[in-house]
Amino acid sequence: MSSLYEEVHSAPSSDIPVRQVTVNVNGESRTANVEPRLLLAHLLRQAFKLTGTHTGCDTTNCGACTILFDGRPIKSCTMLAVQADGHSVQTVEGLASASELHPLQEGFKQEHALQCGFCTPGMMMAAKALLEENLNPTEDEIRWALSGNLCRCTGYQNIVKAVLWAAEKMRAELN
Amino acid sequence: MYPSRFKYESPNTVEEAIKLLDAGKGEAKILAGGQSLVPMLKLRFAFPEQVVDINNIPGLDYIRFDADGTLHIGALVRHEHLEKSLEISKRQPTIAAAAPLVADPIVRTRGTFVGSVCHADPQGDWAATMIALNGSIIVQGPKGKRTIAMKDFVLGPYANSMNYNEIAIEAVIPAPQGVARGGYLKLERRVGDFATASVAVALDMKGDVVVGAGFALAGVGGKTIDANEAASALLGQKLTEATIAKAAAIVAAKAEPRTDHRGSAEYKRHIVETFVKRILVANSTQKVA
Repeated sequence: MSSLYEEVHSAPSSDIPVRQVTVNVNGESRTANVEPRLLLAHLLRQAFKLTGTHTGCDTTNCGACTILFDGRPIKSCTMLAVQADGHSVQTVEGLASASELHPLQEGFKQEHALQCGFCTPGMMMAAKALLEENLNPTEDEIRWALSGNLCRCTGYQNIVKAVLWAAEKMRAELN
Repeated sequence: MYPSRFKYESPNTVEEAIKLLDAGKGEAKILAGGQSLVPMLKLRFAFPEQVVDINNIPGLDYIRFDADGTLHIGALVRHEHLEKSLEISKRQPTIAAAAPLVADPIVRTRGTFVGSVCHADPQGDWAATMIALNGSIIVQGPKGKRTIAMKDFVLGPYANSMNYNEIAIEAVIPAPQGVARGGYLKLERRVGDFATASVAVALDMKGDVVVGAGFALAGVGGKTIDANEAASALLGQKLTEATIAKAAAIVAAKAEPRTDHRGSAEYKRHIVETFVKRILVANSTQKVA
């Protein structure tokens, strides 16, 4: 499988070799041939067809492309695909199991935390990173943790409620 | 958006990285956290022939205090490492105060302290912090290492004094004679926006007496502003209402703000003066208003 910027009629240059990268994506090893300038967000969307990761602003502001890279949240439009070689990433597709929603997904549903839904994958991945460190966050801590993710619909109120909902459920599941 | 084409290497040693930079003859760029470089590649403000990714070089992610209190920050220390470091929160208040204010929480997991200083953005929090702390940068090139003091490191907006075949491997912050105090305040319209005004204050105190002080500003001029001359108002003295007011006035006079959509020049200068006062008051043991 290859991922190049072919759709813009930009074939790779002969003096810049295409590189093979192997990335653990949501627990599964995936391989692709990429040109060095390919962004990680585009590798996920174009080569691996994981279109849950959105690209919004393309300038490291909006956080719609947030994924977990070796467990930490990053903006995948701001990392090269070649940099992910040998690393593991988790995308929004990795949250739910075949039969069950992740508590964050359930919380977003219960609290009506999305309208257009464009920012939602990034919001949930940023929230997941928070809950992995702190399963009992205050409202303030949630707002702080999500301050790199923009939402133009909700006014954030219900997103914060959804994360509180998920945290409570995850705490209950631990007991 | 996608960058223009470049060759990519990810060496495993500093020496290999230097060879690649040397061979690039100025057309190679170092990629550390990439939180400034990758957006610039996409916007095609930067179009290097070669990108040298240093993330696979082991041993560059240290935060270390020497026995005498000198602080060393390696080239791959991310903003969030500083934000979460207990040692930093106990011993280096200016850095501890600035770390949570850099960009946004997700950028902070990737972006590096040293990379941000090298990038020399006039809005950059770390270049200002390093100037206030009288820090220096250790760079390594084909001929070995050299140390560049911060006052000689930032030449202007997005310009530093490294040669094309050198790599910044460490930031060094000198040990205080007494106790390191200080702070950092930034006014931004929203998280991640460019600052309206930022103020870095570093103090070195023996009891109530200031034995060292540094001041620098970001966002209020075409480059990072060195306002260290305001130390003259404090050295050998206590932080009183009078000495604080004097220092704050000197710092505010050094600002070079311009009126724009973030506020008028007058407003920004007022913010600078207010922020200096707030940080100094917070570090004073005297009762000052």
